[in-house]
Amino acid sequence: MRFVVSRLGFYLVAFWVSVTLNFLLPRFMPGDPVSRMLSQSQGRMTPEQVDQMRVLFGLDERPIWQQYLSYWQSIFTGDMGVSISRFPTPVTEVIASQIGWTLLLGGTALIIAVVVGNSLGILAAWRRGGVLDSILPPVLVFIGSFPYFWLAMGALYLFGVTLGWFPLRHAYSAGMTPSWSPEFIADVAAHLVLPVTTIVLVSIGGWMLGMRNTMIATNSEDYIVMAEAKGLRPSRVMLRYGARNATLPATTSFGMAIGFVVGGALLTEVVFAYPGLGYQLLAAVSALDYPLMQGIFLTITAAVLAANFLVDVVYVRLDPRVRVS
Amino acid sequence: MSATDPAEVQLLVATDHREILSGPTAPAALDRPPRHPVRQGLGHSLVANRKALTGMIILALFVAVALLAPVLAPGNPSTITSLGAQPPSAEHLFGTTAKGQDVLALTMWGARSSLLVGFVVGIAATFIGLLVGLSSAYFGGRADNSLSLVTNVFLLIPGLPLLVILAAFLPTGMTTVILVLTFTGWAGSARVLRSQALSIRGKDFVAAAIVTGERAGWIMFREILPNMASIVMITLIGSVIFGIGAQAGLEFLGLGDVSVVSWGTNLYWASNDGALMSGTWWAFVPSGAAIALVAFALALINYGVDEVTNPRLRSTRRGRASRRAAPGSATHQEVNR
Repeated sequence: MRFVVSRLGFYLVAFWVSVTLNFLLPRFMPGDPVSRMLSQSQGRMTPEQVDQMRVLFGLDERPIWQQYLSYWQSIFTGDMGVSISRFPTPVTEVIASQIGWTLLLGGTALIIAVVVGNSLGILAAWRRGGVLDSILPPVLVFIGSFPYFWLAMGALYLFGVTLGWFPLRHAYSAGMTPSWSPEFIADVAAHLVLPVTTIVLVSIGGWMLGMRNTMIATNSEDYIVMAEAKGLRPSRVMLRYGARNATLPATTSFGMAIGFVVGGALLTEVVFAYPGLGYQLLAAVSALDYPLMQGIFLTITAAVLAANFLVDVVYVRLDPRVRVS
Repeated sequence: MSATDPAEVQLLVATDHREILSGPTAPAALDRPPRHPVRQGLGHSLVANRKALTGMIILALFVAVALLAPVLAPGNPSTITSLGAQPPSAEHLFGTTAKGQDVLALTMWGARSSLLVGFVVGIAATFIGLLVGLSSAYFGGRADNSLSLVTNVFLLIPGLPLLVILAAFLPTGMTTVILVLTFTGWAGSARVLRSQALSIRGKDFVAAAIVTGERAGWIMFREILPNMASIVMITLIGSVIFGIGAQAGLEFLGLGDVSVVSWGTNLYWASNDGALMSGTWWAFVPSGAAIALVAFALALINYGVDEVTNPRLRSTRRGRASRRAAPGSATHQEVNR
């Protein structure tokens, strides 16, 4: 319990840092891009909206600590201003309408990469020096050296444009209305294949190598020798004695990986024009839509922190040593 | 040399002196992996290590191309030299972009900015990570707690969105890209280097140095640092890989200086000019392949360093039973992290 509370405190500090960073950036940056943005869209905004923007970006003349307090107030009430590029939709609404797609894309890719990568790592370590162990790691490291978005471009060109096997853009075919019908789900799945595959391909190598290395260390433990001496089936020794103990470090890196997958998903979305937060972030950047950019940053950060906290809670459940100390 | 851990000291000294001493035996070492690479010095063992050698050759080629770009492809690479979207031909080996620029020239010139930013970011991030990690491990206590907190917070905040908002608010330019990437990239190095420094901090020779009354800076940089040279190198290379990839990602999103020719901006323009949909694959393949090759070469060097300095990874073929008996592994156990 103490562990969980101290972790929670840590994540709150991390969240405080990112909010403060968000607060300070527009106030201390040279060139004052925000007032330019405001003057461009002055005519379209209502006075209240302009006021809220002033609070968010520090264009009011109040002392800085008052600005800071009202900024926190805005964060807690969920008022992050209106989006400039999708005027007059509030930032929170833009994010709410698109975060689902990012979760779907990133979540699917993460789960596939974790399951397949770790299984490969277990097998490679078990048959150390075998075919799997000697061929796959270098290949995966090579694939992992490609930038996410470039692999996505290649996949899109090869399987989308040239071969025409998969749809080129968006999350579902134009003209379809989102519903839980089998046709729609199949359509969404077809649109997911290429983006998910690219993210999985780039990230799977890290999982495999990490698992392989821990598993190699675990395999030299005395209890493995003991299990073998008892004459247990090899598969049982591998999974129940070896892999089970080797999953602990993988759990820790799972938390870290969430952040990376989010980043990869953002870039992949841009290539596939997938209507998630990453695509929206790019649109926000090119339209100088600062409220939306900051909103997306805060949302993603909060989501990653929350996910990490969940991982910690699971970790306490998995590793009794944490509970004792 | 005041450090007292013989094997590890040797590792460092070896890089400068052993190369000269073991000169005549070098050709033999190239043919097959040496039995005790550590004894021969890091530089030599790296050349003898097939992975590291391949990596170094690829990297050297790219550095040469970057340096020689003004000779190999004279003139401004962005000038329009022919019709747009021409496939590779004798005149334009890599074809031309939709605008009519020579892709080969763009790729060669792009190496300059990409490699420069990558290496500067890598060195800067490792340096900050080293400062934080060493002082964290050396001073311990409250300093360690607060520095570790900052490090972990930076590790946790998702990198790409942070990069994007930082780059969006700062004025565009190469300096911004370098600053932003260093700011987001140092934490990983700091964490690795701290844990390594921590294990050396507990060794007797550090305690001896403290008793002798050495200054903190001296102990950190002259006693602890030399004993973790290989992990510093691994971290450095990792940071360079991060720098090159992240710069490309940032520029691909249009957040770099799009007027500078680099691999990232090449991809940005290829994507913006609709290279994918019009089927001009040659406009985006070379720059991406270049990034991947450089990253792969660096990763190979890293594996080489790891294998050479870490005996636990060397004995792959002999199976897991013999690994425990590997001689001399005790001195390097902490390196594998």
